[in-house]
Amino acid sequence: MSFATLKRQERRLGSPEGQMVVLDDSDSICLPSFSSKLEAIGLYPLLPMRIDTLQINVGKMCNQVCKHCHVDAGPDRKEIMTRETMQLCLDAIQESSIETIDLTGGAPEMNPDFRWFVEELSQLGKEIIVRCNLTIILANPKYSDLPAFYKKHNIHVVSSLPYFSAKRTDAQRGDGVFEKSIKALEILNTIGYGKQGTNLKLDLVYNPSGAFLPGNQADLELEFKKKLKDGYSIEFDNLLALTNLPVSRYLEYLINSGNYEEYMSELVSAFNLSAAASVMCRNMISVGWNGYLYDCDFNQMLELKVQGANHISEFDLNQLANREIVLNQHCFGCTAGTGSSCGGSLSD
Amino acid sequence: MKSTYYNREDLKKFGDISKFQKKLGDKFFDYYNSVFEEGALTSREKSLIALAVSHAVQCPYCIDSYTSSCLSKGVDEEQMMEAVHVTAAIQSGASLVHGVQMMDQVNEKLM
Repeated sequence: MSFATLKRQERRLGSPEGQMVVLDDSDSICLPSFSSKLEAIGLYPLLPMRIDTLQINVGKMCNQVCKHCHVDAGPDRKEIMTRETMQLCLDAIQESSIETIDLTGGAPEMNPDFRWFVEELSQLGKEIIVRCNLTIILANPKYSDLPAFYKKHNIHVVSSLPYFSAKRTDAQRGDGVFEKSIKALEILNTIGYGKQGTNLKLDLVYNPSGAFLPGNQADLELEFKKKLKDGYSIEFDNLLALTNLPVSRYLEYLINSGNYEEYMSELVSAFNLSAAASVMCRNMISVGWNGYLYDCDFNQMLELKVQGANHISEFDLNQLANREIVLNQHCFGCTAGTGSSCGGSLSD
Repeated sequence: MKSTYYNREDLKKFGDISKFQKKLGDKFFDYYNSVFEEGALTSREKSLIALAVSHAVQCPYCIDSYTSSCLSKGVDEEQMMEAVHVTAAIQSGASLVHGVQMMDQVNEKLM
């Protein structure tokens, strides 16, 4: 597994432009446009519903280089949100009806102002989610107190664990990641995360380790709970089953493995009306490391900014609630099968 | 003219069999879809059974389809290969159990 990001390697798909060339060329593989699918069911243009979540990407730096990462995150990425931009986020949140703050990265904890930001956010009385990759807790002694820090601020921890075995997890996330993830989960369990009777919520994120769609979320959750409990005495609250979207490294994997056309066809064939009506971009705004606003984290990586005022310094929830959501072919990933969002499946 | 008997692309056209006989095709797909719904067996268990049967009938379309289905449902490689061994065990057992018939015949024929 390479430890350099696509950007560092100056690969074609390391740039949003390179990815858009591939995604925009749906005619050559005979696929309908996502917009036309929405138009056929009366959902185009796609408009927001109640915006209650702000997902903030505090930087692309990460201690892992996962094969499927849509951020192309890794140790060599230097894009990091500054404290000034964080302050703009705090100002925007304070004056809005946003209820949930979803912190992501990269490994968000690697931002030097992460803890300051969480402390400030927790004073606003909002639900705070941190998308923790687990291994960061063991990556360096300076991160070993993260579980206690999460507990102190009642953080809802959401962590990726693509499978309940080392083979598939390590194939996607790097050698030794499964073992470290289990150790981190043990630590989180020990202080109460994922345990019944505590309010410390620990969710796991499942995403397929290959070119296939996730199955039923409830069934997968049962399987994960059994395997992790029986094999490692690990407990957690919910499993969120996510579909891999054809963006960045996963897009490159699909192309290099010869699976791109078939995967895209599968996404289109599995288009689900009910999932389309509930896609996450209708309820959230995504903030990039440099303060620009996007309809979701995937649009952020493709640099498809929201329509209208598009920086956190000019955050206007009313205006954002009346925008048209920017769409492209990767959006089929959120509407396939039971649907997919940062909160898991969108329908049964 | 196609150059091979099996074409991967043909799996996507499975539904087209109704074009030549709609009534029976529709009945078949209704039945097929009902069979794979959650029931006394989970849809996961049914996918594993289907994978084993796919190997027994040696249908490449079915093998592709139910391998994907098993992967989606969280089945791991070891479980999938065990299902294929079930196929192999039954198939080889079915051959070997006929050895008894051969033995009976031998015993009848020999002094």
